[in-house]
Amino acid sequence: MDELYRDQILEHYKRPHNFGPLEQYDLEFEDNNPFCGDEQHIFIKLDDEGRVSEISFEGQGCAISTAATSLLTDELAGKSREELLKLPKEYVLDLLGIDISATRMKCALLGLKVIKGASLGAPADWEDEGEQGDPSQAAAV
Amino acid sequence: MEAATRTAALPRSIEEIRAEFPILSQEVHGLPLAYLDNGATAQKPLAVIEALDRYWREQNANVHRGVHTLSEQATSLYEEARATVAGHLGADRREVIFVRNATEALNLVAYSWGRGNLGEGDRIALTEMEHHSNIVPWYQLAREKGAELDWVAVTDEGRLDLDHLAKLLERGPKLVSIAHVSNVLGTINPVAEIARMAHDAGALLVVDGAQAGPKLELDIGELGADFYALTSHKMYGPTGLGVLFGRRELLEEMPPFIGGGSMIRKVRRELITWADLPAKFEGGTPAIGEAIGFAAAVRWLDELGLDAVHAEEVELTGYALERLGEVPGLTVFGPPAGDDRGGILSFALEGVHGHDVAEILDRHGVAVRAGHHCAQILMDRLGVPATTRASLAVYNTSSEIDRLVEGLLDVRRVFEL
Repeated sequence: MDELYRDQILEHYKRPHNFGPLEQYDLEFEDNNPFCGDEQHIFIKLDDEGRVSEISFEGQGCAISTAATSLLTDELAGKSREELLKLPKEYVLDLLGIDISATRMKCALLGLKVIKGASLGAPADWEDEGEQGDPSQAAAV
Repeated sequence: MEAATRTAALPRSIEEIRAEFPILSQEVHGLPLAYLDNGATAQKPLAVIEALDRYWREQNANVHRGVHTLSEQATSLYEEARATVAGHLGADRREVIFVRNATEALNLVAYSWGRGNLGEGDRIALTEMEHHSNIVPWYQLAREKGAELDWVAVTDEGRLDLDHLAKLLERGPKLVSIAHVSNVLGTINPVAEIARMAHDAGALLVVDGAQAGPKLELDIGELGADFYALTSHKMYGPTGLGVLFGRRELLEEMPPFIGGGSMIRKVRRELITWADLPAKFEGGTPAIGEAIGFAAAVRWLDELGLDAVHAEEVELTGYALERLGEVPGLTVFGPPAGDDRGGILSFALEGVHGHDVAEILDRHGVAVRAGHHCAQILMDRLGVPATTRASLAVYNTSSEIDRLVEGLLDVRRVFEL
């Protein structure tokens, strides 16, 4: 089988990092991929400066969406809400390190969408469908 | 299944039938295509491709308005297509409305019949196994009118719970709307029996026949449905064309759905009157070429004989259920093999998401679908977020089922199960 299901992806799928709800959190958001119905729920705890101190997720998904969000949540400590909103899709694709076909792109980007939704307090756009909303809006939330 | 139990035989071999489908001879990822996504759309035989080609090359004109030769010819082909479909269903040609797809057929009933006949507190009975296209129009209607939806339960075996239906009918719904064949479970629902139950309770019966069209002989009189929806592209015809059958007395009383050209008798500033059936429900230029292509598909199916198509599918489904039973960790949803079980096989492999299953099967040249199949109410009932679905057509073979099973065993290897 090709590299899509290489060890790193399967490892994160079977034993996702940062999985399960946080007991205390400042931001949380749930969103889904309407094409398959998969849902992810993100929990974020902020420190005194408003930066991510803890982040976790839960939900049922495929190997790609689960691994992508597992990898992503490992990287986000210390980021502000504005920084989260500026993350491009390449950030996730680089973490995955595999070619993602058009039909699986939404699987790869679901976690990023939900994290941005948590930062905005409202559903965020898909990163493969044009620009994310003005990050300055987030400050007003 | 033994030959003696077969009610009908196909007039030619599966190999000969396969040869009529040009797309089936291609390779995917270097392997012969095993197309098992027929529940989404069926491939098209030469009989349909050639009818479409002939229409666009030699017969194209608008219908019902020109007096020139081409227009007369297109009009007569379009109306012959309607007669072909009416003959196929055992219906009157005035009861056959061409629409865009089964979804539009169901919406037509919800908008036209529903808005005139439903009020606050009225009830509509649906089932837990419906496709979203047989849920959303009724949900919208109920929201608008203050009506209530009831849901007939699905048993653990994947059949409609008719005792539960009987209970819900005691609440006096005005309408019952059900799938003939479940697009997830393959269950073939006893439409005639449900029609009797609904009618005895004073309700009309709407049937979503999207999955039944390519699988079952349909005699609308025997079925007893008041409305029946079909879609061409699942019946080996082109996309963009569907059919609503409606009982004439009902259609006569219903207001038009889409307003525009062709559906009027007279337009005056103060008063517009409607055309007779079926034109009243066909506003705007219809999908002429597609209707003609669909008629070619219906003739092709009738020539094969849907009883034989069904018998063949029941046999292949039995084989598929047996082989899928050999895959460790695999749960197959829906009833056991039998005459009331169509070739739609939804399954879940423990520990692997349906999309990953479908992706790996694709690398084996096996085309299946993964997701909620536009049946999220049923997914909730089954307790799964999604399934993988292999859906059979008349051209599928037991060796394609073997490749499906091989592919599933490879999924287990990739995921180290």
